[in-house]
Amino acid sequence: MPSESAPRASVREGATRTGAPLIELRAVTKIYGKGEAEVRALAGIDLVVEDGEFVAVMGASGSGKSTCMNVLGCLDTPTAGEHRFRGVEVGALSQDQRALLRRHYLGFVFQGFNLLARTTALENVELPLLYRGVSARDRRKRALAALAQVGLAGRETHAPSELSGGQQQRVAIARAIVSDPAVLLADEPTGNLDSARTVELMRLLVDLNREQHITIVMVTHDPTVAAYASRIITFRDGLVLTDVRQEQAA
Amino acid sequence: MSASMLWNTLLMSLREIRRNTMRSVLTTLGVIIGVAAVIAMVHLGEGATRRITNDISSLGRNLLFVFPGSGRRTATVTSAPPFDLDDARAIAEEVAGVAGAAPSAGGAALAVYGNKNWRTGITGTTNDYFGVREWALDSGRVFLESEELAGTAVCVLGATPRKELFGTTDPLGATIRIGAISCEVIGVLYEKGRSTFGDDQDDFIAVPIAMFQRRIAGNQDVGVIFVSAVSASATTEAQRGIDALMRQRRRIADGDDSDFLVRDTKEITELASKATGVLTALLGAIASVSLLVGGIGIMNIMLVSVTERTREIGIRLAIGARGREVLLQFLVEATVLSTLGGLAGIVLGLGGSYLASGPLGLPFVLVPKIVVIAFVFSAAVGVAFGFFPARKAAKLNPIEALRYE
Repeated sequence: MPSESAPRASVREGATRTGAPLIELRAVTKIYGKGEAEVRALAGIDLVVEDGEFVAVMGASGSGKSTCMNVLGCLDTPTAGEHRFRGVEVGALSQDQRALLRRHYLGFVFQGFNLLARTTALENVELPLLYRGVSARDRRKRALAALAQVGLAGRETHAPSELSGGQQQRVAIARAIVSDPAVLLADEPTGNLDSARTVELMRLLVDLNREQHITIVMVTHDPTVAAYASRIITFRDGLVLTDVRQEQAA
Repeated sequence: MSASMLWNTLLMSLREIRRNTMRSVLTTLGVIIGVAAVIAMVHLGEGATRRITNDISSLGRNLLFVFPGSGRRTATVTSAPPFDLDDARAIAEEVAGVAGAAPSAGGAALAVYGNKNWRTGITGTTNDYFGVREWALDSGRVFLESEELAGTAVCVLGATPRKELFGTTDPLGATIRIGAISCEVIGVLYEKGRSTFGDDQDDFIAVPIAMFQRRIAGNQDVGVIFVSAVSASATTEAQRGIDALMRQRRRIADGDDSDFLVRDTKEITELASKATGVLTALLGAIASVSLLVGGIGIMNIMLVSVTERTREIGIRLAIGARGREVLLQFLVEATVLSTLGGLAGIVLGLGGSYLASGPLGLPFVLVPKIVVIAFVFSAAVGVAFGFFPARKAAKLNPIEALRYE
């Protein structure tokens, strides 16, 4: 496991070097509760995500898509089965090691934005770098760059309360990409946005995926949003129902 | 956690505390009061001890008291024979390390001048008294040797009888009546003021001891002998010498207890210090309880804070904060809070005791040791009482925390 200040090896090269896919789930099962109250959130799924994909995950509530995202995000470990990230078995890692994995390779975007209140946009975006031990000057530079990437240059001193929903979500995306992650995990990123902002945000994500080669796995219930992805996986009753590749919407 | 991260955590804590100033102040009130109370108690106690020491040294430098009686409480309490004038002379001449010795015999009497009268203490003594007790003259003179030998009816007034009988008039040369005896005033003493023990040191009239013995007391008894040693280090030697001499003069056999006592002011000072020390320690312990309560207050608020910031903790964990980093964050917050409270308490305690010293008539003596201890303790309280809430924060499940409303 890399130390906090390890140089960020280009994670995009990783897959081709080791030959292992970015993410691999094999016969993954997740069971909550015991006995009669037992819930099979995931009933043994197989999934492979390669570098550079833009995957949309759909399904009704209780279908297992959120559980799958939690496992992919290394926030939760499977009850059974294997979860490999770049060939590393995540289930065998300690809680601390999984935290480090998230720190260095994953970025998160949530429906509710989940920014720190009463903190400026810049400081919000800097947060992952702070945990990485990056110096103050570098932090600022990279955070400003990330904010510029999402089109929020000039707004870095604003607190979330001073930003619109769309702007807040873009700050959240800036925070997710500032540490140059391998994967961006987005949970209903457009859920709290109107249609115009939704289009705006999806265009930004498509851009990040195409230009920056950031792999994106996104949960959504909206088919028009899912249309922006290159692959749609649909869950039902803890299993993958369909896994379809498609042409991305413009 | 890197140094940069720690520094940032510190800044974040200060910001968090300032964000909710009212709440922060109320939370640390227990710590502030506890620390302020301990600091104030200790400083006032130290001032009181210093005042006593000063007072006692104002009785006279390197002073020893010799008086009949035994330290032990026996059936025959004051059956010890009194001293006589020769004893005082012997001490002054024969004991090594003694600078001077003054016999003293006294009693109460009514002093009258004109239409004024004042009940006061009459002290029959020699001129050595003024030297041994370090009592300077304000005006006039002390006894002449002829007057001492003859027991002439002359007197030296203390500042209080002088004020009571003469007001602002010059008393020198006037004749007052002490009891039934007419006495010429030949001198007035400087005012020393009230002693720690409450009594007025200036309320007495000094007369030649021969006069007191022949015309007022009617006997040769000497109640106490005041002795001054040549230096502070000589007091022990002098004390031993006086003890040996008096045992010999009073024909006390080896192995028998002495029927007199030799005390020095140091012992009295130590006794007084010990008394105030015990009192201070007691008050300090009580104040420490407040510190404990303050810690509980901090723990309480930190628990509330952790609950309020569950979402935030979830975000941090998701982003990649390790459990111990979250723990450290909240621990630092609690410690910063309690340390600031400690600082405020120190300032309050010092300021309060400084302001109270004047009206209480005490000197202000800074005690750096207790300031440092109070500071360290207030920080420790933060660490100790902040740990449980911080651990709770660290153990949160990120998925549930992110879902928290």
